[in-house]
Amino acid sequence: MKDDRDDMQPDRRRFLECMAWAGAGTLWLMHGGVAHAGALLKDATAQNATFGFVQISDSHIGFHKAPNPDPVASLRQSIALVNAQPKRPDFVVHTGDLSHLSKPEQFDTVAELLKEARTGQVFYIPGEHDVIGDDGKAFFARFGGGVDGNGWYSFDHHGVHFVALVNVRHLQGAGLGFLGPDQLAWLKQDLAGLSASTPIVVFAHMPMWSLYPAWGWGTQDSAQALSLLKRFGSVTVLNGHIHQIQQKIEGNVTFHTARSTAYPQPAPGVGPAPGPLQDLPAGKLHEYIGVRDVRHVRGSGTLAITEHTLV
Amino acid sequence: MQRLFVIAALLSAACAAQGASPTTSTQPANTYQVAVTMFKFQPAKLQIPAGATVTWTNHDEEPHTVTSAGDGFKSSPALDTGDHYSAVFTRPGTYAYYCSVHPQMTGTIVVR
Repeated sequence: MKDDRDDMQPDRRRFLECMAWAGAGTLWLMHGGVAHAGALLKDATAQNATFGFVQISDSHIGFHKAPNPDPVASLRQSIALVNAQPKRPDFVVHTGDLSHLSKPEQFDTVAELLKEARTGQVFYIPGEHDVIGDDGKAFFARFGGGVDGNGWYSFDHHGVHFVALVNVRHLQGAGLGFLGPDQLAWLKQDLAGLSASTPIVVFAHMPMWSLYPAWGWGTQDSAQALSLLKRFGSVTVLNGHIHQIQQKIEGNVTFHTARSTAYPQPAPGVGPAPGPLQDLPAGKLHEYIGVRDVRHVRGSGTLAITEHTLV
Repeated sequence: MQRLFVIAALLSAACAAQGASPTTSTQPANTYQVAVTMFKFQPAKLQIPAGATVTWTNHDEEPHTVTSAGDGFKSSPALDTGDHYSAVFTRPGTYAYYCSVHPQMTGTIVVR
């Protein structure tokens, strides 16, 4: 993907349809809901950030096959990458699929490894691989049950309102995410007191837009959540699940899916089913996995998003 | 290195079979197989006599579950590639089930 997009026509429809793999080190700046890409180190916005945080996703501890028989090692490398950042991130968020099979020892491994991250706090939300067999009971007991033990929660940080949603319980149709009426009612209440100028960042595991419903890459009732977010001037939705970078802009809402720290998945609809992309060229795995760095500049309405691969 | 992984997979499959139901190995004639392949239960509908055992085997790279729709039988934990899960069906009836990770995957056991 070309770095300099300043000359790009604001053809929003075309941009919405542009779902491409992003390269390493791309910096995404959002101005009034339109993303611009630039080079990371040259950009003053990133350097002047008031705070930053890191998104880690889909570590799939317990996976043990091609193309990554050792996702513990690649998660450890991802954390080393976080620790090598010039500015310490205020927190790390893991957007789900910590484990491959919801096993206690897999949760323990992730928690232990993330203790090595040099950051203030680690936030977690579950992926569908974390709630297998018990509807998330073990996950919520281990990583916090949020509001009423249901897993969702929100918090404020330097004027930004963060909302962590759970859309991996009671999956619908072809495995589509589902928020449910209780969570939507809570979200409505949670956002009610905020001014429209409050920047909102939403975390969820599954995409909050219909990225590829035939593979369950979407959330059945996401439109109801987005209608509650419509009045805000800047909304950024960060999710995982599909193990590759995709972006979409809808009004003032910008959606970003993240890479996995374990293995990539095929592009939407390429091949018979989602799953690990096994036939990577030898030695290329680390170009497909990594972490995301997000920096916020107070007052500018801008979030700078940087993708880091493990090479 | 490759061989090590094969052995590990076999061990995990053996453990899963042992943990699920001891009747699997002692009554092979009364055991029916369901393959979990390419995001499908095959056969999707299976008729068995009362008292028979059904053993599911996951052949996919993705984990799947055998989750009873309505608590008609004990649901499985996550099944990794090569893992088995068995359930004994003693009472006649129709037992619907699905994969909780991929709910489009559905199956039915009809016990006569």
